[in-house]
Amino acid sequence: MSADTRTVIRSVLREHARLPVDIDTLDDDTDLFAAGMTSHASVNLMLALEDAFDIEFPDRMLTRGVFDSVSAIASAIAELSGDGEPSATGGGA
Amino acid sequence: MSVPVDSEQALIDAVRAIADEVAATAADDVDREARFPIEAIDALRGAGALSAAVPEALGGGGATLQTIARCCFELGRRCSSTAMVFAMHQIQVLTIARHLDGAPWFEGYLREVHQEQRLIASATSEVGTGGDMSRSIAAATPEPDGELSFEKQAPTVSYGAYADDLLTTLRRTPESEPGDQVLALTKSGQAELEPAGAWDTLGMRGTCSPGFVVRARFAPEQVLAAPFAEVMNQSMVPLSHILWSHVWLGIATDAFERARAFLRASARRRPGEPLPAAARLSHVMAELTLLRGEVSQALHDFQVDDVDDRARLMTMASVLRFNNLKLAASEHAPGVCAGALEVVGIVGYRNDTPYSVGRHLRDALSARLMVANERLHATDAALLLIAKEP
Repeated sequence: MSADTRTVIRSVLREHARLPVDIDTLDDDTDLFAAGMTSHASVNLMLALEDAFDIEFPDRMLTRGVFDSVSAIASAIAELSGDGEPSATGGGA
Repeated sequence: MSVPVDSEQALIDAVRAIADEVAATAADDVDREARFPIEAIDALRGAGALSAAVPEALGGGGATLQTIARCCFELGRRCSSTAMVFAMHQIQVLTIARHLDGAPWFEGYLREVHQEQRLIASATSEVGTGGDMSRSIAAATPEPDGELSFEKQAPTVSYGAYADDLLTTLRRTPESEPGDQVLALTKSGQAELEPAGAWDTLGMRGTCSPGFVVRARFAPEQVLAAPFAEVMNQSMVPLSHILWSHVWLGIATDAFERARAFLRASARRRPGEPLPAAARLSHVMAELTLLRGEVSQALHDFQVDDVDDRARLMTMASVLRFNNLKLAASEHAPGVCAGALEVVGIVGYRNDTPYSVGRHLRDALSARLMVANERLHATDAALLLIAKEP
């Protein structure tokens, strides 16, 4: 996963995750929910990510764990883009 | 419902007998006096039913969710308050059993639940969070001696004054964000519950659910390691909606039965004469059938083919599914009761006849407010924007 993707993810997070802290102060692996992202904000985040990357997250990937860090989001996008980096969901649906 | 094995059927039979012989007899007095249904809960204790859901490896009954749900239904037909206390207790037991992850303290605790038939209440709502269980203000606060403490303003704690132990949501630490929560189990003697108001309500009067200020001190190992977000989505919310719905289905079923019994008695008194109310009862039956279908389908959907698919339970589609159960059941259960009242008429409106259904209607009306339906609709509205399957 390229650094560019993570940059875009961070800009989407800055605009939509409504974090009480600056996203640049968080590591790629920091838990975004523990950092203060609400469930409601996470839905807006998912919509914005679908828009930014021109993808659709299937229902099995619409779980908290897929969106709980920059790295987890990057893995999910890579999986949908066919880059082969598996997401953390372990299947489901 | 699936056919239970013998021990499961024995539990259902025992609980049904308690419902018929103990809970039913006391139900009107429990309702009138807004008192805890102590005789029915003691009888359930005596039957070992409070540890029915404790895994067999820890000494409990190891009953399936299907069996526990059936017990909630049977109790709901006779005394709503007894049934709701039983359901809530089982939700706490199942939640602990599903998320203790081998923790020795919690394994030992569930053994005690079995041996001593301990009753567990919960304090998951909090003044100042607007009814949002996924946020906490009170925090697990380290004390100098290594213990933890908290003080929580709980707007309702069902049977708080009658429970042995208390399961409470807290922020993980005093520095944690409101959504970074854990569950702590405190035992009697570790928590002090200061009543904040009375419990004089329209219905569900015997659950005795006033507000309390809870103050507790306890050991760090009494905090479940699993993040509450997981516990909530994989267990507490879907199990609550499933078991509550079985209670509500029980209430609605008895209201329907009373209306049918009333019509039969009328038909016997005047054989051959038309009974206009019979057509109305047919409408009530149609609504009851829909309610029963949704309640049993949701029970099936929780563990499809007996597979405990926790990843699926974490999806938004799953959140929507069990929210929809709660919305449907909480609308249709009082609908059935109100329909039954129209069939029976003034005889059902009176509180002192074999066909009284006022208590059923009042109890069932609580369903829309136990987690306000408008809050669930707001949550669903957001999830609908992103979820893919209908």
